[in-house]
Amino acid sequence: MRQRVSMTINGARYEHEVEPRTLLVHYIREQAGLTGTHIGCDTSNCGACTIEMDGHSVKSCTVFAVQANGSQLLTIEGLANGTQLHPLQQAFWDEHGLQCGYCTPGMIMAARQLLARNPNPSEREIRLGIEGNLCRCTGYHNIVKAIQTAARVMGEGAKRKSPATVS
Amino acid sequence: MAVSQMIGASIKRREDPELVTGTGSFVDDLPQTAVLYMHVVRSTEPHARILGIETARAKEAGGVVAIYTGKDLRQEFQSPLPVTVTFVPEKKVPDQYPIAVDKVRYVGEPVAIVLATSRAAAEDAAERVEVRYEALPAVTDIEAAIAKGAPVIHESLGSNLSYDVQRSAGDIDAAFREAEVTVKQRLQQQRLIPIAVETRGVVADYRRFANSLTVWSSTQIPHFVKVWLAVILGIPESQVRVVAPDVGGGFGSKIRVYPEEVLTALASRKAGRPVKWIEDREENMRATHHGRSQIWDVEIAAKKDGTVLGLRATQWLDLGAYCSQFGTFQTIGLLVVQGPYRLKALDGRLVGIFTNRTPTDAYRGAGRPEATYVIERVMDLVAQATGLDPAAVRRKNLVRADEQPFTSLLGFTYDSGDYRAGLDRALELVGYEKLRQEQAEGRKHGRYMGIGLASYLEICGLGPAAPTQANTGVSLWGMGVVRLHFTGKATAITGSSPHGQGHETTFSQIVSDVIGIPPEDVDVIHGDTANGPMGMNTYGSRSTALDGNAVHISATRVRDKAKKIAAHLLEAAEDDIVYEQGKAFVKGSPSKSVTIQEIAMASFQTNRIPPGMEGGLEATTFYDPTNFVWPFGTHVCVVEVDPQTGAVRIARYLALDDCGTRINPMVVNGQIHGGIAQGIGQALLEEGVYGDDGQLKTGTLVDYLIPSAADLPFFELTETITPSPVNPLGVKGIGEAGTIASTAATINAVVDALQPFGVKDVDMPASPAKVWQLMHRNGGKKA
Repeated sequence: MRQRVSMTINGARYEHEVEPRTLLVHYIREQAGLTGTHIGCDTSNCGACTIEMDGHSVKSCTVFAVQANGSQLLTIEGLANGTQLHPLQQAFWDEHGLQCGYCTPGMIMAARQLLARNPNPSEREIRLGIEGNLCRCTGYHNIVKAIQTAARVMGEGAKRKSPATVS
Repeated sequence: MAVSQMIGASIKRREDPELVTGTGSFVDDLPQTAVLYMHVVRSTEPHARILGIETARAKEAGGVVAIYTGKDLRQEFQSPLPVTVTFVPEKKVPDQYPIAVDKVRYVGEPVAIVLATSRAAAEDAAERVEVRYEALPAVTDIEAAIAKGAPVIHESLGSNLSYDVQRSAGDIDAAFREAEVTVKQRLQQQRLIPIAVETRGVVADYRRFANSLTVWSSTQIPHFVKVWLAVILGIPESQVRVVAPDVGGGFGSKIRVYPEEVLTALASRKAGRPVKWIEDREENMRATHHGRSQIWDVEIAAKKDGTVLGLRATQWLDLGAYCSQFGTFQTIGLLVVQGPYRLKALDGRLVGIFTNRTPTDAYRGAGRPEATYVIERVMDLVAQATGLDPAAVRRKNLVRADEQPFTSLLGFTYDSGDYRAGLDRALELVGYEKLRQEQAEGRKHGRYMGIGLASYLEICGLGPAAPTQANTGVSLWGMGVVRLHFTGKATAITGSSPHGQGHETTFSQIVSDVIGIPPEDVDVIHGDTANGPMGMNTYGSRSTALDGNAVHISATRVRDKAKKIAAHLLEAAEDDIVYEQGKAFVKGSPSKSVTIQEIAMASFQTNRIPPGMEGGLEATTFYDPTNFVWPFGTHVCVVEVDPQTGAVRIARYLALDDCGTRINPMVVNGQIHGGIAQGIGQALLEEGVYGDDGQLKTGTLVDYLIPSAADLPFFELTETITPSPVNPLGVKGIGEAGTIASTAATINAVVDALQPFGVKDVDMPASPAKVWQLMHRNGGKKA
């Protein structure tokens, strides 16, 4: 009893038949072929599979592919503009915010949502904001620093774009 | 940045652009066609006889290609899984095959494999496999396993003991006769589950008519896996290739040749198609080895001035159901328990015990966190018993700089370091005196701050070939190839295989520094047994100390040969050639020069190299150092305990580490950060708990807590730098130091915070419930 789904991922349209039980993360990885979104657990604890769905951050292991029918998705592969890295990707690189890199796509996607809601977070707000994403390599030290750096860079970028807010 | 200053440069990692864009290649990301999916049916019983396995109904399920039980596969294995000697040649080793045949001994042990056209189909079919067990009584902890009349896990051994041996030196009775203070303490090392965020995974592709096998595995040890797949499956080793692609963390948990690597390869051979197995997390927590799981009983002889004279210590090790490949590496805990301190006598006993639980093996630090935990708790227990400050007790006992190279009771020679200077510097930077004042003031107002110290000394950089051959059964040397191409670009091959440590960046800096070409011009190859000679893989903080130096020596040999060619090209004597920043010139006339790119090209042209010289610029080094390396340092942890909830908050964490030369300080600090977090995880959060029924009760990330960002502060890092005299780069290891020190520092801080309540020890993890109970055991009355 397969069902037809279609969705937009990183601006491109995807259409496939799926089993109703197919998890969105499996759909993204195996049918759409976008393997940047990772799987690190089976209980929605680790956050490695975090993506954006219709503007909200979701752990794509807790969404069925059929639930994403008609949705707009953004995954890690959609963040960079050509070879121009997103400020968060750049900041993770600059601040050594990753080691093995396995949790990184989910971490960056979670951080993106965090900064969208709170462009100037305190250290504590960052730590609480990425609490649902587990990293075993970095002790989070440089991840928090990377998000602080990205917040600063993105803040400056936003100011440049809207001169009215410049005092 | 001048290329001659590559050693010590925090250049950004070349690994990262792919990883931050989701274009890395972990095992599950590799494109495969016509692949079959393997699902492993695992024992649900901790200890049982297998009466029969019914697979007919499962074989009828959609998408199933084949199902094999242990009985079906037993004849295919030409050898059991490997177990190294590792410090305990006396141990009894029961055979372990990749899949159970007659009996299961832990929950999670493989009993059958299902091959199907999709993962879902394989899992669906696996639910129809019926295994009939005759349950046997299970032993689920160390004490039950050695109790009289305990059920025996391996009948052939007659008991649940693998070994019970002494490792002693000095006159322990004299030490206790001289003692003015003695303390007895039992110290727990709870069972830990490693949790690399990427679980294990294997893709195997066997080609029948070539009799060749290629395996991609999320492993720390591709070279060892290659050897053992060849031996176990009877395929010529030259026909086996193992690749470790991007590996999502290891921490020791990917250090052994695993049953699933053999089973996936065998499945491919039987099916004639590539086979893929990706572990899920629930499976990972039962099938991938665990760490620690020990009890230490210690008795200390000391003097009133804080001098520690002698130590009696028994390390009880829960091996789990089998001897894992490097499982007895953890006994190094007792062998180096003396740490950075003078000690007159050590009376040590090692007892290895089988239980019906997942086998234990190396987990970040493997034995050395336990050693540091014991000796650092001992220092604090002595401080408590004598009324001295913990820092004073350490200062009293630390080996002095003028005693180096110091030889320990059990015969290890430390390489270098001023341990006291490190302690004093850490105390000064953290503001120790002021913290003690704040603590005293806070206690008056019901605020419970604790300050914990850990002065560690770590043995790592495994290792010199002779002692590692004698003690582990494998000669552990470093391997490094440096090759200059026609155009002057370089390739370096290392026998070490990273899983987050940034080898490509660090090793390119080493080559760049010697040859004088930019690091971007150095490609670094690792983790592929088809590229370069046999390597000794990654564990025990050995990569830079062993393979880094091997690469360094190869690069130096390439440069020396380049100078010879340059002398020939410039028609000068070799002694007159100066080589600097990728250019060779005649002493005194820098305009008469050739670049390394020109020399590299000339090296392939017979008319441009000295007569009789072999062509090419390439060197291979098998590097065998004269000693281990011995990083050290002092960590200071400051905690606040909430008297309402018992919750422990890390208020500050300062780490002083001395790992010798730092090639890329940014990468070094990253290793320390992660190590500290993992040690704090053991101290405060993590525990693998089994029920009396032998079932793992903490079998998901809901029940097994690893630190999140909200549990940790920013860490304050500082260093002293004492280059190791052992190797040309002067480096010591740093991959495990954070974990080795931080568990002890954190627990010492918690116990220190609870001093007003008369608390002398707390079992890890120091959970809020446990801490609250300790604070309220006398109705909340203070001692």
